[in-house]
Amino acid sequence: MSDNILKVENATMQFGGVVAVDNLNLEINEGEIVALIGPNGAGKTTAFNVVTGVYQPTNGAVWFQGNKIIENYPQGKMKKLYKGQHGGEYTRALAPTPDKVTKLGMARTFQNIRLWKSQTVFDNVLIAKHCRATSNVLSATFRLNRKEEAQQRQSVEQLLETVGLADVKNELATSLPYGKQRRLEIARALAAEPQLLLLDEPAAGMNPQETDELTAFIADIRNKFHLTVFLIEHHMNLVMHISDRIYVLDFGKLIAEGTPAEIQNNKRVIDAYLGVAEDA
Amino acid sequence: MTMKKKKSIFLVVVLAVLLAACLTVDALLPGYHIAVTVIKKATVYALVAVSMNLLNGFTGLFSLGQAGFMLLGAYAYGVLTIPVAKRASVYQYFDGGSIQFSLPESCAGILGDAVGPTVGMLAALLVGGVLAALMAYLIGLPVLRLKSDYLAIATLGFAEILRAFFQWNALGPITNGSNLLKSYPTFTHATPYVLLSGGMIAIIVLLINSTYGRAFKAIRDDEVAAEAMGINLARHKRLAFVISSFFAGIGGGMMAMYMGTIAAAPFKSAMTYEILLIVVIGGIGSITGSILASFLYIFSSEWLLRGLDSGTFLGISAPSLFKNGFRMAAFSVIIMAIVLFFRKGIMGDRELPDLLDRRGRKHKKEAAEK
Repeated sequence: MSDNILKVENATMQFGGVVAVDNLNLEINEGEIVALIGPNGAGKTTAFNVVTGVYQPTNGAVWFQGNKIIENYPQGKMKKLYKGQHGGEYTRALAPTPDKVTKLGMARTFQNIRLWKSQTVFDNVLIAKHCRATSNVLSATFRLNRKEEAQQRQSVEQLLETVGLADVKNELATSLPYGKQRRLEIARALAAEPQLLLLDEPAAGMNPQETDELTAFIADIRNKFHLTVFLIEHHMNLVMHISDRIYVLDFGKLIAEGTPAEIQNNKRVIDAYLGVAEDA
Repeated sequence: MTMKKKKSIFLVVVLAVLLAACLTVDALLPGYHIAVTVIKKATVYALVAVSMNLLNGFTGLFSLGQAGFMLLGAYAYGVLTIPVAKRASVYQYFDGGSIQFSLPESCAGILGDAVGPTVGMLAALLVGGVLAALMAYLIGLPVLRLKSDYLAIATLGFAEILRAFFQWNALGPITNGSNLLKSYPTFTHATPYVLLSGGMIAIIVLLINSTYGRAFKAIRDDEVAAEAMGINLARHKRLAFVISSFFAGIGGGMMAMYMGTIAAAPFKSAMTYEILLIVVIGGIGSITGSILASFLYIFSSEWLLRGLDSGTFLGISAPSLFKNGFRMAAFSVIIMAIVLFFRKGIMGDRELPDLLDRRGRKHKKEAAEK
């Protein structure tokens, strides 16, 4: 296979009469930071949900590290609609649940923060390590997994140190300020040991200073953890600064792709999303 | 770290004092004394309440099937432990029944009379737990796809079906139909109940503090996030359901020991509600809360408020007011007061040793206000 880590192929997601994602094709190479932008309701988060297994696409496939992990073909009523449109290429209904996708090496954050509210910062990150634990329920209950548990705790300590949350590790997750909660969500995703990190609007609701810090933080963890990052974002400062490439969605359709400079000068993108003389 | 140490020492001291108290009660009072009865029943309820808390409080699955799993455990215990010589009289309508062995007697044959019977009784309890767990696995396959209220209704329905099934005449050679199972061995003293129930609860606590317990809590707090972080929802929910039912089955076996006779009738949904009440009063998500609440509940319903039914309460004699049924009326008022003034139960989601930790208390309070 080529060196792409994620490939989305002819992915369509239809809810009744609404086509939220329409025949999306994109490729992300190893080590890149790629952004997915577009106006509200363009289908960005739906695309994320298809990739991570939350939704089963109506048609299309997703490849991860050279393996086809998700595949579906139009069935029932949808069959007619897809006559002659890639519909025949896919023959299996391959739909792993999100936890299986995460185990393959893809971890995500959410648009609206979804931390475990009654848990401390430390436990939030430690729980994400559960999917990498090899102990079964009996060995875990009777503490036969002490070595693994100690290792996990140590690596969580290290991770919190790296992301700068070590001083608040015993606080409740919800008692943190907003920016730190965002950071914790990223730390939690990192604890699941992904190769590909998906960030859904990581800077939503942040002020300019917090956004700058986050920009540096994302670049920093990409290097430290050898990650590939795929993100959805509305803060153009952040997107234009750190992205290697950008995909633009509008009404579910891909309208442009390219480097930040190319996107900034693309007529269709300006009309649909960026606008003129506006410092987003 | 020192706080953690302090908490463990506190816990050990409390447990030692309780065990000593229990041994003293056993030494001084006869087995039929009301204090012994209260301790026995409360420990059984404590175990079942904690098992329900594991599911409802720690995994966030609202299930009301506890009485059904207890029924399985109770019947397994009775059927396997009735002495062979007494089977003819117990199963008098079914020609002595179809099972002609008794675990305590078989074990006594192998291990000798000193420990054999006890081992047999424990083995029968274990069989009850395993049966309940197996049943939970089977009904969990369809039922655990449901959420919140729907899951509660489905599990409640299952428990009722199971109760009717055990009274079915065609099963008589095993379950004795709607007749009583009796003459099986029980423990007369309170200490064995305390040790058994305590041991089981300790295992549940170990589970809750393990990596699996943390995963359960993550599912309770946010299912979507838990799944996105690699926790297999179906598998972990099934695991919690099966483990909770296992301990409910063991609790059912102990219930059979406490009651002395087994019939399907007492294992109604009312029993599940009693246990749910204990969990809510103690605090959803608190083990020590459930234990405290079950002792309080059993103590007041079996002993303290008894006078309300029989004429004299706290020295006040009012036979016209304090007659049959007044106890339940007074009890309802108390429960309403608890629900109104202790919204999160006696303990909230804290444990007993947390009370030492002022800082922890403040944090939880802050979080609750947000």
